[in-house]
Amino acid sequence: MGIIKALKLGFDYLKYDDDGNVESTQRAVDDVNLDIEAGEFIAILGHNGSGKSTLAKHMNALLLPSEGTLWVDNMDTASEADTWKIRQKAGMVFQNPDNQIIATVVEEDVGFGPENMGIPTADIWTRVDDALQKVGMTTYRHHSPNKLSGGQKQRVAIAGVMAMRPSCIVLDEPTAMLDPNGRKEVIKAVHELNKTENVTVILITHYMEEVIDADRVYVMDSGKVVMQGTPKEIFSRVEELKHYRLDVPQVTLLAHELKKNGLDIPDGILTTEELVSVLCR
Amino acid sequence: MSIKLENVMYTYSPGTAYEIHALKNINLDIPDGQFIGIIGHTGSGKSTLIQHFNALVKPTSGTITYNGDDVWADKYDRRALRSEVGLVFQYPEHQLFENDVLSDVCFGPMNQGLSRAEAEKEARRALLQVGFKEENFSKSPFELSGGQKKRVAIAGVLAMNPKILILDEPTAGLDPKGRDDILDQIAELHKMRGITIILVSHSMEDVAKYVDRLIVMNHGEVAYDNTPKEVFKHYEELEKIGLAAPQITYIMHALKDNGLPVDADATTVAEAAESILKALKEKGGQKHA
Repeated sequence: MGIIKALKLGFDYLKYDDDGNVESTQRAVDDVNLDIEAGEFIAILGHNGSGKSTLAKHMNALLLPSEGTLWVDNMDTASEADTWKIRQKAGMVFQNPDNQIIATVVEEDVGFGPENMGIPTADIWTRVDDALQKVGMTTYRHHSPNKLSGGQKQRVAIAGVMAMRPSCIVLDEPTAMLDPNGRKEVIKAVHELNKTENVTVILITHYMEEVIDADRVYVMDSGKVVMQGTPKEIFSRVEELKHYRLDVPQVTLLAHELKKNGLDIPDGILTTEELVSVLCR
Repeated sequence: MSIKLENVMYTYSPGTAYEIHALKNINLDIPDGQFIGIIGHTGSGKSTLIQHFNALVKPTSGTITYNGDDVWADKYDRRALRSEVGLVFQYPEHQLFENDVLSDVCFGPMNQGLSRAEAEKEARRALLQVGFKEENFSKSPFELSGGQKKRVAIAGVLAMNPKILILDEPTAGLDPKGRDDILDQIAELHKMRGITIILVSHSMEDVAKYVDRLIVMNHGEVAYDNTPKEVFKHYEELEKIGLAAPQITYIMHALKDNGLPVDADATTVAEAAESILKALKEKGGQKHA
């Protein structure tokens, strides 16, 4: 069984009237089945309101299923006794860097997680050193987080999660508020962690370019998983993605346009190199 | 008729250890009716700059004129200026506060002195123009999706009938379709109302597709001010200042370097496809000749 597994997962948001009775329910996650292997790099795509973030919040028991089950490393998230263990296994990074930094000095912020876990002080420092080094933020350890750029703040947030030594990181649109450079920094750091530390990554994003190096992609719509496959498989279905309010990388779109104009080009071109080799052969 | 900035400087916390020169010697002329993009990495001075356009921030030195009048002159009516130069902040959805959408959009025009009935007329027109459906007018702003909230926020400024509309990253956090919808709508507004649009963006692809003029900010200075095509020719310099060109630019340069005679200045998918097809035809023709 994989590190994260969902079986028939369903979740309803409830709306209450003034007397506290349930007035209406809205299904945000609907019959989702997932099986994510340890060490995989997974991307989740979907338009605003498709259920991505609701699903992500199940992965560290911030939300509990209305139906079905989600297991993190064989622990059922519905079992309250395991909640803290689950949150240490699967760390989360959110969209807004300013909402998740709490200390006045970078290294203290990174140490917050392990300290909460009751790790002995000497070990906390080892973990902080390690985590900062992994995201390339060691030089900023004594800085104040609010003087950092968005990309740097997000890397500090990732280090904060890494210091808890999770087996899995869930990132919910970590680059939505960043400029192009910040976006690159964060995505690079996440890939490094995946490769060198074998951390399982679940990346939720609206930027198609960030998805091309993932192992597998899930596409969500109305709470359901509607497409899954490798980036190449997913991005060769341009029209279907557009139907789900999504997009493809510009190079894929260009290849698709050329193909529509009669050129003999394979589907699912993801990189400039691929397109060049096809057109300049 | 225009906004003019002459030698504008702005310093945060002047005279302290935290002194930052956010704007240095800015000279810009924004004539009526342009569609302008502003790009620059975080901290380059973009947001400080746009707050000068409607006198939310007073320059440390230099002059800003609107239609020839100094906006910081003693008797200048800056309140009136702010009605003419509308500013939609980043994450405008955080600023919605009324019980229902229509009332929220009425707030601006009523502040300008219109009656509720007159304000509603403006609000309705603005909401429909940003593609917000009438059936949702009475909903609470908090029941809306991210894209809908942004539309309401933009309509709130539009209802005041600005001559210049400034938008600070209006598509941050939206899905690709939502992003395209909002930008198409803004382009449509530009055409329909003939107003000046100033769009702050982190997306090179978006500015390449929509704007006529691109201003690049770097360390509080204007690094480039030209058509997107001309600006993106300097893609190597842009990278040095934390920016980039649209992905298409890189593809076209790679193709050219590999011997396909394409127009390396193409910045949109449509232009690139056309240029590649043409180049292949020419190349094919040569082979047969």
